[in-house]
Amino acid sequence: MPQIVIKKRPPEEAVITQRKFFKKTARGKVIKVLRERYLRDDVACGIVNCSACASPSTTLSYQGDLTHQKFPNGHYVLPDTNVFLSQMDLIESPLFTPPIILLQTVLEEVRHRSLPLYNRLKALVTAEDKAVWVFYNEYRSETAIVREEDESPNDRNDRGIRTATAWYNTHVALSRPPVRGQQQPSPPQIVLLTDDVANREKSQKEGIPCISVRKYIEDTKDANSLLDLLSATGSDDIEPTKAQAGASRTLYDEYLSTGTLLAGIKAGELHQGHFNANQYNYLEGTVPVPAFTKPVLLVGRANMNRAVQGDVVVVEVFDEAEWKAPGDEVVDQEATLKNDDADDSGEEGEDGEDGVPIVRERNPQADSKKVSVEKQPTGRIVGIIKRNWRAYVCHIDSTSLSSSSRTSHSLQTVFATPVSRLLPRIRLRTRQAPILLGQKILVTIDRWDVSSRYPEGHFVRALGGVGGKEAEIESLLLEFDVPYRPFGKAILGCLPVEGDKWVVPPKTEGGVWKDREDLRGLDICSIDPPGCQDIDDALHARWLANGNIEAGVHIADVSHFVHPDTPMDSEAASRGTTVYLVDKRIDMLPALLGTNLCSLRPHVERLAFSAIWELTPEADIVNVRFTKSVIASKAAFEYEEAQVRKDDPNLSDPITQGVRLLNTLARKLKAKRMAAGALNLASPEVKIHLDSSESSDPIDVEQKELRETNSLVEEFMLLANISVAKKIEESFPQTAVLRRHLPPPSTNFEKLQDILRKRKGIPLDVSSSRALADSLDQCVDPSEPAFNTLVRIMATRCMLSAEYFCSGSVSRDTFGHYGLASPIYTHFTSPIRRYADVLAHRQLAAAIGYTPLHPTLHAKANVERIMDTVNRRHRMAQMAGRASVEFYVGLALKGRGEKGEVREEAFVIRTFRNGLGVFVSKLGLEGLVMFKRDIQFDADNYTVTVPSSVGGKDVTISVFDKVTVRVEVEKDKNTQKGRVKMVLVSPVDSTGL
Amino acid sequence: MASRIEILNDGGFRSDGRRQFELRDISIDFSLQGTADGSVTIHHGLTQVLVSVFGPREAKLRSQTIHDRANINVEVTVAAFSTGERRKRSRGDKRLLELASTIKSTFEPVVQTHLYPRSQIDVFIQVLQLDGGLLPACINGTTLALTAAGIPLFDFVCAITGGVHSASPMLDLTTLEENDIPHITVAMMPRSEQVTLVTMETRLHVDRFEEIFRLAVDAGRVIHNEMRTAIQARTGSLVASLGSGQKVEGETGVVTMMEINES
Ligand SMILES: [Zn+2]
Repeated sequence: MPQIVIKKRPPEEAVITQRKFFKKTARGKVIKVLRERYLRDDVACGIVNCSACASPSTTLSYQGDLTHQKFPNGHYVLPDTNVFLSQMDLIESPLFTPPIILLQTVLEEVRHRSLPLYNRLKALVTAEDKAVWVFYNEYRSETAIVREEDESPNDRNDRGIRTATAWYNTHVALSRPPVRGQQQPSPPQIVLLTDDVANREKSQKEGIPCISVRKYIEDTKDANSLLDLLSATGSDDIEPTKAQAGASRTLYDEYLSTGTLLAGIKAGELHQGHFNANQYNYLEGTVPVPAFTKPVLLVGRANMNRAVQGDVVVVEVFDEAEWKAPGDEVVDQEATLKNDDADDSGEEGEDGEDGVPIVRERNPQADSKKVSVEKQPTGRIVGIIKRNWRAYVCHIDSTSLSSSSRTSHSLQTVFATPVSRLLPRIRLRTRQAPILLGQKILVTIDRWDVSSRYPEGHFVRALGGVGGKEAEIESLLLEFDVPYRPFGKAILGCLPVEGDKWVVPPKTEGGVWKDREDLRGLDICSIDPPGCQDIDDALHARWLANGNIEAGVHIADVSHFVHPDTPMDSEAASRGTTVYLVDKRIDMLPALLGTNLCSLRPHVERLAFSAIWELTPEADIVNVRFTKSVIASKAAFEYEEAQVRKDDPNLSDPITQGVRLLNTLARKLKAKRMAAGALNLASPEVKIHLDSSESSDPIDVEQKELRETNSLVEEFMLLANISVAKKIEESFPQTAVLRRHLPPPSTNFEKLQDILRKRKGIPLDVSSSRALADSLDQCVDPSEPAFNTLVRIMATRCMLSAEYFCSGSVSRDTFGHYGLASPIYTHFTSPIRRYADVLAHRQLAAAIGYTPLHPTLHAKANVERIMDTVNRRHRMAQMAGRASVEFYVGLALKGRGEKGEVREEAFVIRTFRNGLGVFVSKLGLEGLVMFKRDIQFDADNYTVTVPSSVGGKDVTISVFDKVTVRVEVEKDKNTQKGRVKMVLVSPVDSTGL
Repeated sequence: MASRIEILNDGGFRSDGRRQFELRDISIDFSLQGTADGSVTIHHGLTQVLVSVFGPREAKLRSQTIHDRANINVEVTVAAFSTGERRKRSRGDKRLLELASTIKSTFEPVVQTHLYPRSQIDVFIQVLQLDGGLLPACINGTTLALTAAGIPLFDFVCAITGGVHSASPMLDLTTLEENDIPHITVAMMPRSEQVTLVTMETRLHVDRFEEIFRLAVDAGRVIHNEMRTAIQARTGSLVASLGSGQKVEGETGVVTMMEINES
């Protein structure tokens, strides 16, 4: 039983312990706020063997770090808030090793200033290779302070930090009682790390050890490597550079104050939204805001005003007279800005503002001709609510190095070009520039001043040579924020002690058999893609005596092994999903579970969670039940194997019969779904053939083939997910973990509808999923069978993505899954590789009374938080997977290109003033064909007209036309970045255009 | 929202520096207010209520007269400056009426009303400051004020709030915590080990409920000790002043709690 006590608060402490103040709420009401705090003497210092604190858990060593030249008696560092805000990369570096004291004051300030940095900081606190102790100084009686009357919150916090540093130094000295007859060694020092000059001066006056970050790093043992990690904001002690000296000229407008922004948003004069850069035109971006159906268009650098992809920004919308259609030209940053000087902040931009051809060269007639439907609001960014800067994978632009310094190690300013086309170039200062050429590196943005055309950042670390597979994979994992560190000790400690010797114990022993059904006798089999190691699901079907059919879906019982609130559970929750790259899988759960103990391998007994239906021969559900079970799968098929077996008339064993029965049911289930309006969507999926498992060199790419048995498995998984969703929503209406797909706003389809009508004369009805499904079926071109798939791919892109949600958080009429035309849905069938499924398992287990529901799954706020993470991870995992395919397609193309020219058929999917967007379905690859010479462009009819190469008539090419392209992989000379280039071969050769 | 205060941080501290099972400071002041027969000001953390008891006295209204026992009448008023929005709450405020009726029904079985047929006991509660745990403060204050007025009770009534943040139970919530997490109020009688009241305004799953309920009952015993100590101290000073022939200001009543002499 926990000790319950009353905390006594001495009345004389009231001055420090009580606070009363008035606060204005968002609605403008004034409310009185009361706060008190209880000061205590049991807040531990965290130093091992401290005689005064005697805390059971400590992270700081007795003597501190002894390797710093300035502190021979040992030391601990106590950084202030700004050190964490601006130097996180330094602190995170494995070379930065001193024990760190993290004050509560600092931790809370970081939390208020930047959530991403706060999360990184929290990760540091628990990291196994770091020694960080959080000291709750605001609750310890000696270190708690009160803000004085004329003190700013900042000054108050600084004083609190100094007070705590002083206390620590005294505490360390006092808690080391002298041993008789021995010379007492000097105690280690606690050093305040701060870049605030005023704070340092005050500390010196008060006799508190303190030092600036740069000075501190200069005397560490790895000074050279660590100095590069210092962020630009921390460079206050170095002499002003040319860039800073020339900073007098402003290129951008200053942002408005936060107060003005919030007032403007409230009054409806300003609008808040996420900034999206345009991947085709670096000088254009959009911000979707609730007030307009179309996103606000930002044209030109000045209007984008230093926003970076993903930032939460505030825009001011221009008069309707100034509204316009988005640019119809491809503007490539690297091509247009090749000659900018990294050392310069923007002076050369006199005609370097050439970066803005779309503004100058845009043909006004073409503009006015445009139908007003296409016009969208325009505006400019007047403030940033929240930066979403992170570390970006970049290449160093070789031309930005001063040529004389190719071999020198002097400090120079260079450009880093991010891999993502959505980001601006970043200017950074480094001593290692020549070594970093030709490597993938990680760069963080530190700031973007009004006087600087480019953001400024600092180097974090090198990932390896461009084109090297390891570097490429790591860079894409970083780019999509995929956690890929090996599982730590604490996590592996949650695995069964028997390891891979674990088996289902004999039934007579009880234990796991409690409340489990013995389904070992059923003819269960699994059907998966070739080479599948993590088998989540297995199936069975058999006739019942009453003429109905029993069908069962058996899912790996992951929640038997992964218990709530364990390190393994938290890790899985933060990973959210397994990430599949072409030749690498980053698991959500340790491999022992994923590919062994949970995997429903054939001929071994495994724990499962089963959904068992009684269905009529017409596939109508009579009833469904759920039970934990023990199964022994009789066979593990690949899709093709199952197909062959089903179609082989000579086979009539029970397993084959089961597969046939499942197949018949699946076809009926699918027909029902389609009748209800489910969409048959398409996304370009290709398969990479690897040479051999060792070398993993791609030799070819082909489109994925779908067999009937794919659909068999899919139908039953859908059925299971829907049945489980109903059950858990019924039992836990407030916190059920569900998945939904919102219907797309009809404006999303406007462009596609217009193209289809004008180019093919085909109407597209998007009024409901049913109407859309029917309408998509009508999109056929008898002469071009692939046309239908192309339209489906384009239609899919108009839709929103499906998302996980907590049932109590949204209104009930928005539960539906548009694509599947199901009123309710969840994910239950892949708990090995998706965390949402693990939660659904726990909720289902509680719903059938197998176990009580863990309290965290009763807390709506908690479920919402997990859903946010899982949704984000899920999206990132998909993008990472796609990027990995693209990388291998590139490699395969390169391989093929060495043997000869690669020509492929492609469809035109977009037209630009100076190019064509094409889609090569065989490679699942989208590319651009650019024209250097002037061509005729008819935006209204989605056509371009180019002169024929043979000197004959002009050729008109329009969207949906089939063309032939030559695909090449060329390396950018400056950045060594490989990229796919497409040239039109037929109907005209665009080489000279 | 980034600026939200953490309910329970990784160090195991709540936003006011307490740990999960630490109750806030309680101070009890018996100095008499006006003509009341018993009154007490109780500070529980920053929540502060003044309870005044009048009676037992002759029932004023015929309609409220019960022939075989005393009628308990409870009224709650909230000072305009007490907390939150500054506004005047009228006597007819629905929430205050509900609060009063909850307190009334909590004490009806506890006060030995059969000793005073056809009479009335008035309990006036003034909320002076509010930072969570209003109902427990009112109930604890009423127990003490009734005792001070010399009205015999079958048992103490001790109340406390408890809630759960994610999976962590915690006791004695502040306003900040009450606004954020599901919570219950439990009132228990320490001698008879009975629970007289459980209220819950937010959803709480039955599995969680049991754990918090048990904790709150244990916390009730701790509160009981505190209240008993306060009464003993007061009795002591009363006896001392009687013995020395001194007059305690305005004090006439004698405490008749069998509970005090126990143990
Ligand atoms: Zn200590």
